[in-house]
Amino acid sequence: MTAKAERKIHHSKYGPLAIGTFGNTVICIILTLFCLICVLPLVLVYITSFTDELAITRNGIGFFPEMWSLEAYRMLFGRSLNKIVYAYRTTLLLTVFGTFLSLWFMTMFAYACSRKDFKLRQPLTFFAYFTMLFSGGMVASYIVNTTMFHLRDTFWVLMLPGLVGAYNIIVLRTFFSSGGTESLIEAAKIDGAGEFRIYLQIVLPISKPALATIGLFVAIAYFSSWFNVMLYIDNERLWTIQYMLQRVMNQITLLRSDPDFSMSEEGALMIESLPNESAKMALTVITMTPVLAFYPFFQKYFVKGLTLGAVKG
Amino acid sequence: MVGTILAFKQYKPRAGIFGSQWIGMKNFDVMFKNSTFWASLRNTLLYNVVFIILGRILPPALAITINEVRSRKLTRVFQTTMIMPHFVSYVVVSVIVLAILGGDNGMVNHFLKSIGREPIAFYSEPSYWPYILTLVHEWKGLGYGSIIYLGTITGISDEYYEAAVIDGATKWQQILHITLPFLKSMIIILAIMAVGSMFHSSFDLFYQVPNNSGQLLKVTNTVDVYVYNTLKQSNNVGLSSAVALFQSVFGFIFVLLTNQIVRWIDKDLSMF
Repeated sequence: MTAKAERKIHHSKYGPLAIGTFGNTVICIILTLFCLICVLPLVLVYITSFTDELAITRNGIGFFPEMWSLEAYRMLFGRSLNKIVYAYRTTLLLTVFGTFLSLWFMTMFAYACSRKDFKLRQPLTFFAYFTMLFSGGMVASYIVNTTMFHLRDTFWVLMLPGLVGAYNIIVLRTFFSSGGTESLIEAAKIDGAGEFRIYLQIVLPISKPALATIGLFVAIAYFSSWFNVMLYIDNERLWTIQYMLQRVMNQITLLRSDPDFSMSEEGALMIESLPNESAKMALTVITMTPVLAFYPFFQKYFVKGLTLGAVKG
Repeated sequence: MVGTILAFKQYKPRAGIFGSQWIGMKNFDVMFKNSTFWASLRNTLLYNVVFIILGRILPPALAITINEVRSRKLTRVFQTTMIMPHFVSYVVVSVIVLAILGGDNGMVNHFLKSIGREPIAFYSEPSYWPYILTLVHEWKGLGYGSIIYLGTITGISDEYYEAAVIDGATKWQQILHITLPFLKSMIIILAIMAVGSMFHSSFDLFYQVPNNSGQLLKVTNTVDVYVYNTLKQSNNVGLSSAVALFQSVFGFIFVLLTNQIVRWIDKDLSMF
């Protein structure tokens, strides 16, 4: 039975439960098409970033450029290296510290709420759940964050608002209170362990799949953050890379579509020196590659974590 | 949450939240009279209905399909590539869409020119965008969304299938009568939760991807984008807060309603 259990991800594929060869081929073709659709646009970005700009103007954007060129990257790194480095610094700090702190706070909250003998369990859980349903909205948050907490234009305003997510807390809590953790906790208590110790040395290690999954979500959310930068930040050094990309994109569109500007001599000159298609793509590559590179490593945990949630129902 | 009070006030920055004048329902009044608001609300609801329906059908179908693939290695490859779009931020997605649909150099237009047809100004023509936005939304979410269903399917014990095969069931019958019922509860719970956010929309999707082109607003404006634009233009904090509150309240009511309806149909399936 163990060999079968090992291949548990699918039903036994060979033998009576498997699908016929014809069916299998059809499915694989369909899925391959779908996966191509998922991947090709991304590939396009990479290819375009290495395409010579003149080739783009002549032939448009495509998968088979006439001429390759590193010019886009040269320009980006030459002119804006400083900005890119700062933006990456902000984004990385934000992602690393944000994820770490977020997981810490959320697991503490979830752990407390998962213990059935905790008196404040119901009200606290409801409190978290409530924020999921109701929210003051973007404007209210802005005002609260700016006038009450004075967070404008600081690094903290990028990290704090998203720090604790009710949805994640509830998932974590469900995870903690399921399975054999009860008995382990009982055993630990008999041995005289305090709450914090139980949390640290028993519950957390067991929850690795859940932690990895939620951690990945949080990390990606922080990594992609640009909206808070737009709302709260003026200091160029606090930009995140996503925001930088977005600004560059908007500026180009704005300038190009303004007829007065693009017709005037200085306007036209300026437009020429603006980052062109390939440079835009190069910036995009820089922005999206880290995530794409990282997530395959986490995919294992991540799929396990999601499916655990599903099975438990 | 404190900011919810703002919905009822005439906000003056100097006076702060608590100092601003209380004007009761006046903000809501303005909101309901504003035609752009209704247009954006209509868009939001329509898109969400489409997304909810598609989201109940496509991801489970995909999960079932993937589950049938015989080769384990292939499955891993499929899975990895399928969820890639999820990790790409909408900012990047808008760059890609622009590259494909863009005016001069876009892939589509260049192709059209090369076969002698007129290029299409996608960014000025609203009628394409409901389809474009839906397509983009599905592109980004389909692979990732199917994972949770895949997990559920994995949890179904082999014994059911073995018994079915002994009784002579075909693949289709197996899927219909074993797999789907198991997925039913997941689909419904997710549907209820989705209905709860019916009045919200993905700001990124609707603001970024159309590149904030004014001419498209008729079909791309959703409530969140509307709030943002109103705030930027008129600095009317109270109004924006009123809209946000409206979103939350109605979303909540919808969740309760939907949950109740599901309960009437089958008590076990509802969320609470």
